[in-house]
Amino acid sequence: MSMANNTAKTYTGTATSRVDGRAKVTGAAKYAGDFNEGGLAYGAVVEATIARGRITRIDASEARSVPGVIDVITHENRPRVADSDKAWKDDVAPEEGSPFRPLYDDAIKFNQQPIALVVAEEWEIARYAASLVRVDYEKQAFVTDVYRKRDDAIVVEKPDKPRGDAAKAFAAADVRHEADYFIPTEHHNPMELFATTAMWEAGGPLTVYDKTQGVQNVQQYLCSVFEKKSEEIRVVSPYVGGAFGSGLRPQYQVVLVVMAALKLQRSVRLVLTRQQMYGLGYRPATIERLALGARRDGTLDTITHEAVGTTSQFEEFSRNDTGWSALLYTSPNARYEHRVAPLDVPTSCDMRAPGAATGVYALESAMDELAVALKMDPVELRLRCYSDRDQNEDLPYTSKRLRECYREGAAAFGWDKRKAEPRSMRDGKTLVGWGMASGVWEALQMPTAVRIVMTANGHAEVSCAASDIGTGTYTIMAQVAADSLGLPIENISVKLADSTLPKAPVEGGSWIAASACHAVIATASEVRSELLRLAKLMKGSPLADTVEEDVALSDGKLVSRTQTDRGVSISDIMRHGALERIEKEKTNQVADDKAHARNTHSAVFAEVKVDEQLGVIRVTRVVSAVAAGRILNLKTGRSQVMGAVVGGIGMALHEETVYDHGLGRIVNHDIAEYHVPVNADIHDIEVIFVDEPDSLINPLGIKGLGEIGIVGVAAAVANAVYHATGVRVRDLPITLDKVLERRKAA
Amino acid sequence: MIPFQYTKANNVADAVRLIAATSGAKFIAGGTNLLDLMKDNVERPTTLIDISRLPLGSVEETASGGLRIGALVPNSDLAWHPLIEKRYPLVASAILAGASQQLRNMASTGGNLVQRTRCAYFYDTATACNKRQPGSGCSAVNGINRGHAILGASTSCIATHPSDMCVALAALDATVHVTGSNGARAIPFADFHRLPGDTPHIDTNLGPDEIITAVEVPAKGFATNYSYLKIRDRMSYAFALVSVAAALELKDGTIQEARLALGGVAHKPWRDPAAEAALRGQAAEEASFARAADLLLRDARPQTHNGFKVDLARRAIIRTLTQAAHGTPQSQSNKTIQ
Repeated sequence: MSMANNTAKTYTGTATSRVDGRAKVTGAAKYAGDFNEGGLAYGAVVEATIARGRITRIDASEARSVPGVIDVITHENRPRVADSDKAWKDDVAPEEGSPFRPLYDDAIKFNQQPIALVVAEEWEIARYAASLVRVDYEKQAFVTDVYRKRDDAIVVEKPDKPRGDAAKAFAAADVRHEADYFIPTEHHNPMELFATTAMWEAGGPLTVYDKTQGVQNVQQYLCSVFEKKSEEIRVVSPYVGGAFGSGLRPQYQVVLVVMAALKLQRSVRLVLTRQQMYGLGYRPATIERLALGARRDGTLDTITHEAVGTTSQFEEFSRNDTGWSALLYTSPNARYEHRVAPLDVPTSCDMRAPGAATGVYALESAMDELAVALKMDPVELRLRCYSDRDQNEDLPYTSKRLRECYREGAAAFGWDKRKAEPRSMRDGKTLVGWGMASGVWEALQMPTAVRIVMTANGHAEVSCAASDIGTGTYTIMAQVAADSLGLPIENISVKLADSTLPKAPVEGGSWIAASACHAVIATASEVRSELLRLAKLMKGSPLADTVEEDVALSDGKLVSRTQTDRGVSISDIMRHGALERIEKEKTNQVADDKAHARNTHSAVFAEVKVDEQLGVIRVTRVVSAVAAGRILNLKTGRSQVMGAVVGGIGMALHEETVYDHGLGRIVNHDIAEYHVPVNADIHDIEVIFVDEPDSLINPLGIKGLGEIGIVGVAAAVANAVYHATGVRVRDLPITLDKVLERRKAA
Repeated sequence: MIPFQYTKANNVADAVRLIAATSGAKFIAGGTNLLDLMKDNVERPTTLIDISRLPLGSVEETASGGLRIGALVPNSDLAWHPLIEKRYPLVASAILAGASQQLRNMASTGGNLVQRTRCAYFYDTATACNKRQPGSGCSAVNGINRGHAILGASTSCIATHPSDMCVALAALDATVHVTGSNGARAIPFADFHRLPGDTPHIDTNLGPDEIITAVEVPAKGFATNYSYLKIRDRMSYAFALVSVAAALELKDGTIQEARLALGGVAHKPWRDPAAEAALRGQAAEEASFARAADLLLRDARPQTHNGFKVDLARRAIIRTLTQAAHGTPQSQSNKTIQ
């Protein structure tokens, strides 16, 4: 981005504080469950207690008799909804399958499935009455353990043509490593519970405040499911208290609330309990098999990566899990294949860096084991296999500074002081381990529209249907708008996440920053053109003979780039044009560049200290060096990567949704028993943004940061635990009992 | 949550009268465990008798040199009470190893004693649980039991007692003072909690019409050589896989008296006089500690998923006794284990 002169403040690329920070810490920011009005009715969900079967009888008479209960909605008395799978498919739904329809019929497809909604005048009444709904089932046999379906899983992804002959090369390789890795089911556990408040108004649209990462996705889905015209439902989600992918697809609570609001012609709220959040989507439990063959010099001959992930019996969800292995490193032979095992559970879904967080954990653990087999430094091994081209597509990258990530990360960590031998580094009684891993993610952009309304007093409102799920979208859009419109950031207001605003994709995949910010620039350019047109009409205009390419907005003025003393203030232009406001809307141009690969990369270095007798593991230091193009905001960007590192530590050491496979039921369905790291588990985290200029990817050179921070972290920690203890735990999470028992067995 | 009546007790006699007269009533103080259980429909009291205003909030020195801790003293106040910090640091340390600051602020001394197991099946009304619904069966025996008991369990229940503070109180030979319709009595700590047997729904020997008024710790606080070590899956806000309260009285490197209690392994804080006797007169060194650990764990019977607990407990006992012997108790703020 070019600025007309150096006196105006530039926001893009600086450590700007969150523009919504004050609203959040003062409680002024309203979330889906906060919206209120008189006459609100409250819902409570009744869940199935079996994993598979049929409801033979549902008796709500006792619940209905509780004073204050308005209705009990079940599959037997629900209002009409669409009956085709197509109508229930949202933007993010898997291609294959039949999306879940809450309260549709008597079929039970998973434990904790919603089977009734009690609506009452008070939430406490609804919750009590929900406990009085009696249900009889016809139970059917079920399977919730991915290992039991490993052999008859369905192939969902493999390349049309494998590279070389991976199996043959493996058999002939000088040095081989082959192993299975396992990532258990994980739940997102965002701080904010899933909630919907629908405001019903006679004759007006139904306004639905929903916790979601995509208001337009939810709006279209609701219109389709309830057979409504677009103007009859509006979805709004100004703030989201974390989602991590769980809010990409419409969740069942929004269907239940709209169903109740339409049936009862009343405003209704439903907030799920923390326990009920475990009846939603999750990161699929995945078995990963890696087979690596290398020459003694550390160059790879062959990579095979096969994965079996979890999905439901009714939809095939999967993300690229295995393709990363064939992409990242130079290897003449490579084969990958991803399969899914249908189980009697809800459909799995995206969770931060879906596919990569799991697949790259397995790849980078396997690379560490190969380095051990080769007696080679793990960083050195990765440099020997380094690739400047996307190995799947054989394309150059728009930019790839992974080498610099290794170098800068290693230098900051002090990697050169590492002793290669496991169990060779100590701090008193504790074993010290240093591990590292690479990370990789995509740098995508999606069509996104932004509207700018500039008023004569030098204020601009920037609006877009995109969500800010806590990542800082409000802030980066305000920064880029301030710079492109030449206004102080205080004069910019950003409106997001209302389905009536200009079109945006769901907030996921790390694509919103690049997409929305370039839409801001494109729209600001339209505003500037309009101002120039008006300025030229002014009598004796200093910009009379200036062409569009030569003007910029800076410091509240439209000025010539080449002759900076020539300019007119925005307010003068608008006054002369007798305009109160200029309103423009534009969609970003997503370049269709098939000649380059677009990725972000990282190198993660972790130190663990492990008590030799007790097995207690602490992650005492992490250095994450990230190459993700230009960083729009060093403050929110750093926070985002730090949060992702914490997520990666959780993945490595703590997180696991524990199933009782005999009951087909989750046993740790609350955040006391589902462990995420607490403050006491987190120590030093250093984030390094490697300088990565990229003039090819987009004008600002930005790539997005949402996912890359978590990729590789679990492997770096796992590799550090091995280095400390000599014990390789290949099934996450690495709990102290696994370390102790396997050390004894070794 | 199921509708219930709410009433306040004005004094101890009033509380006893109310609980005796009201079928299905429960006392509530901090409510840190009871409210969770009520939200999950595990506890279904007809009436809550609020005892938080009873005059049971002080810590007083007794004539025999001990301390009498009022049942309503909040856990955090107790942990930071000057007399507790100075004379009973084992109690302070154990409290600070438990829950979170917010929970410790709310939780009372008496409530801590009667908190219920965190066995996941006990909390999930969709599953069988003999403790929640006598005779329905135990889901944990054939289910997920990584966190469950290795000592004193029965075929009907393998749950553990979740408290940290109680492990320290058990080690120190505390006494629980209670008052009921038949007057006041004192229950030795070892007799307060019960093993599950075939009545796992009864956690303690507190009578149905009795209220805890105080916990008394005797004069001997082992303030020099003690340690509380809690081994858990994360560094805070997690229940113990195994915890150890150790207290020693040393003379010239020889053990004069020893106390040893385990948490996270049984339906009550686990002590064994034989293990403590075996330490008396021995050198304060690893071999003695290992013998005591073996004695304490001699009847350990692990479940399907918690075989690791036996050896972990043995190692933790040795470590905690070592910390105690060296006068370097486990810090509960810096979680590094020395």
